[in-house]
Amino acid sequence: MSHTDSTKLKRSHEPVFWGLFGAGGMLTAFLTPVMILITGILVPLAIISPKALNYERVHGFATSWYGAAILLVLIALPLWHTLHRIFHGLHDIGVKRGRDWQQVICYGAAFAISVFVFTLLLQML
Amino acid sequence: MNNPASKRKPYQRELPVDWWLKHAFYTKYMIREGTSIAITIYSCILAWGLLRLSQGPEAWQGWLNALQHPIAVLFHILALAFALYHTVTWFDLAPKAADIWLKGKKLDDKFIVIGHYVGFVLATLAALIIITL
Repeated sequence: MSHTDSTKLKRSHEPVFWGLFGAGGMLTAFLTPVMILITGILVPLAIISPKALNYERVHGFATSWYGAAILLVLIALPLWHTLHRIFHGLHDIGVKRGRDWQQVICYGAAFAISVFVFTLLLQML
Repeated sequence: MNNPASKRKPYQRELPVDWWLKHAFYTKYMIREGTSIAITIYSCILAWGLLRLSQGPEAWQGWLNALQHPIAVLFHILALAFALYHTVTWFDLAPKAADIWLKGKKLDDKFIVIGHYVGFVLATLAALIIITL
């Protein structure tokens, strides 16, 4: 800080994103592999019965308040981790132009998809 | 800093685009960061599934059928590999984040890492049991 006397220290919003990044990273580490295994491999290949993801069951879960909360976290929280990494990854591969816009687009995408999921769950309740 | 009237031309060291391919450590770092792309796509697939779910049984069945396409299965196998790589790197870093002291002694790194893997196995088994019940 070279001119602390004339300008106030600017409050950073980084801690908020960093917290979501950490929480998302934790969730992704523990649960994303098994989620991909179930929805992407075991059910499509009928290794476990497709009934596991039948409409009544999933709809019933998604329309309960706890199911909706769990789904929101499972779907949206990893995005706050991955898009934070993608934003910083753009710097690593030398994309210098428009860093502020890159930030808006990355966190904006995480925010937009979170709102999308939240709204869908709310209207189904 | 960002003074438009400034005539100074700061020196910017050139960085080749493929810097991260020249050293295994950096390559692994970039693969770890790259796993984010697959996981982002996976979250989008789930968000789309939720939209289809809200549109009724037929739409939901359409989403399930789409997941059976060979390309979808192939993507998910790759995504699973990437997700597991993320898990391994995340657990490797865990002792740096969790600084646990017991009776004045720092808890050994390997206990923290093993603890995370135990939690991972339990979470995975729990998810598989819940889904097949």
